[in-house]
Amino acid sequence: MTRSICVIPIEFQDQSLIKSLRRYLAQTFEVQVDIRNKKIDTARAYDQYRNQYHSSDLLKQLIDDPPDKGACKILGLCKFDLFIPIFTYVFGEAQLNGLGALVSTHRLESEFYGGHEDHELLKERLIKEANHELGHTFGLVHCKNAGCVMNFSTYVEDIDEKNILFCNECTAIIKQKR
Amino acid sequence: MSNKDINILIVDDEYSVRDSLSQWFKADGFTVDTAENATEAFQKFKKRKWDIVLLDIKMPGMDGIEFNRHILSVDKSIIVIIVTAYATVESAVEAIKDGAFDYISKPLDPEYLTHVIRNALEKRELAKENVQLKARLTDLSTPDDIVGNSPQLRQVLKMVASVAKTDSTVMIRGESGTGKELIARAIHANSVRKYAPIITINCGGMTETLLESELFGHEKGAFTGADRLRIGKLERANKGTVFFDEIGNISEKMQMDLLRVLETKQFTRLGSDKSIEVDFRVLSATNKNLEHAVKRGEFREDLYFRLNVVTIDIPPLRERKEDIPLLCRHFLNKYTQSMSKSISDITPEAMEILVNYEWHGNIRELRNVIERAVVVCDEENISSKHLSFPFHSGDTSVTTNGNSLEATEKNQIHRILQQTGWQISKAAEILKIDRTTLYNKIKKYNLSK
Repeated sequence: MTRSICVIPIEFQDQSLIKSLRRYLAQTFEVQVDIRNKKIDTARAYDQYRNQYHSSDLLKQLIDDPPDKGACKILGLCKFDLFIPIFTYVFGEAQLNGLGALVSTHRLESEFYGGHEDHELLKERLIKEANHELGHTFGLVHCKNAGCVMNFSTYVEDIDEKNILFCNECTAIIKQKR
Repeated sequence: MSNKDINILIVDDEYSVRDSLSQWFKADGFTVDTAENATEAFQKFKKRKWDIVLLDIKMPGMDGIEFNRHILSVDKSIIVIIVTAYATVESAVEAIKDGAFDYISKPLDPEYLTHVIRNALEKRELAKENVQLKARLTDLSTPDDIVGNSPQLRQVLKMVASVAKTDSTVMIRGESGTGKELIARAIHANSVRKYAPIITINCGGMTETLLESELFGHEKGAFTGADRLRIGKLERANKGTVFFDEIGNISEKMQMDLLRVLETKQFTRLGSDKSIEVDFRVLSATNKNLEHAVKRGEFREDLYFRLNVVTIDIPPLRERKEDIPLLCRHFLNKYTQSMSKSISDITPEAMEILVNYEWHGNIRELRNVIERAVVVCDEENISSKHLSFPFHSGDTSVTTNGNSLEATEKNQIHRILQQTGWQISKAAEILKIDRTTLYNKIKKYNLSK
């Protein structure tokens, strides 16, 4: 039974993004969304050689000693360029049918691809990625429905093309598992 | 097919790689498992068929290159993707030469991995589609009109199965209407040449010049009327099978030409001096006693021996009466379906007549009798009143006198030929026999205008 979603910002300062994310998550998952602080050792996750942060390490720290005796999902929020050793980069990471997920805005920003700053677009991409990664924690796999937020995104443009919400089938699964 | 039905095995000695890739694929809904080394992977192979294997090259014990060779030697349909560090690209290339699908370098670019997996799945789908199409093709080319369970037919089918696997020349002998062409098609359909065409040449129904042109083709302007190039049947049969029907009817000159082609597998188009090489298997059929024809000097002995490497004798229907009920029901089913009629069966009394009839026209005649019965029958079962035997003018009694049947047949054919003004196609249609058979009958009964 999931009673709440706990968003933990990791060195993440953009309060307007955090507020928007909180509002959208509460609407989408129909649970309480709390913003909490937690001490995360980011230096431990930093890989000097790759100049990136090991997302699995950050995720491990996030779910360590969870609040509410595990009756919440944890979403870490950061601006780091994330990686897992086998991949050159990842947008985020989640535990399938698990407790925690992590998303980064690093590769969601237009500036990363040589574009101009676009706060609205970044907000939309962040909400989609947060929904997507949290969807995995509810046991959802990638959805074949092109419009669904659980549809797999290879490129950032793919994120822009899909909807912010889950399709009916995925929504039904979330309701079942919530 | 959903991703759940696709099994992916990740073979890597590094836990983090196995774990990360496993999570990555699970998020896509694939069925995923991991193995730490080749030994563990072999164990996993004993339990399940794996569609895609992501394989690390450098592993303790048996390395990925060797493991790749082992699994592909057992099942070529497995898609192996080599995962390698930059330093071992040469080994990855070696693995690809051994049949691996692709290789990706560590650390993997998620975009590239997605692209490789997408290609792998496409390849898998195409391979599956190919297998299905081939199976469908086999179904299509397997004659479904070979029906029966008699020891004689089983013996014929046993021969078909055994000669089909070879490339031997086969002569099929049997009376008219026994299904010689069906047997030829069954041999072809079960041979390695099944994906190439089987070309039938009706030697009985053609003049010498026409047969020559049909067989070898001709260049534009080779003779009057040859207004364009024509590819001959032998050329069209390349890699496939040529079936010479009624081979006993070809002229002396054609016998000589054919012998040369069969010996050299080369020929020239009419009007050309360029030799064309072809590769085909030869099947032939006859309803004549070719041994007698050889003795009488009407058929070349050397051609006879070249064509008659293996002989399949198809027994006439009257010698395998137990197949008649099966054949009757097979044709009943076929024609009721094609004519959308709801006839359930044949009455025992009608079946007795059908079983005891002599069937000199063999299966073709039986098929025609059942087809006519289905046309005229408006009851639940076919009874004796629906049966009409063309050579017996409505008389459904059993005839055992072969001579009187021949006389009736001769008269009937002559009557229809006169009626149609000797239009062969029209007469054949009315008599419900093919043109080749009609020509043979005209020759047999020495009929003329």
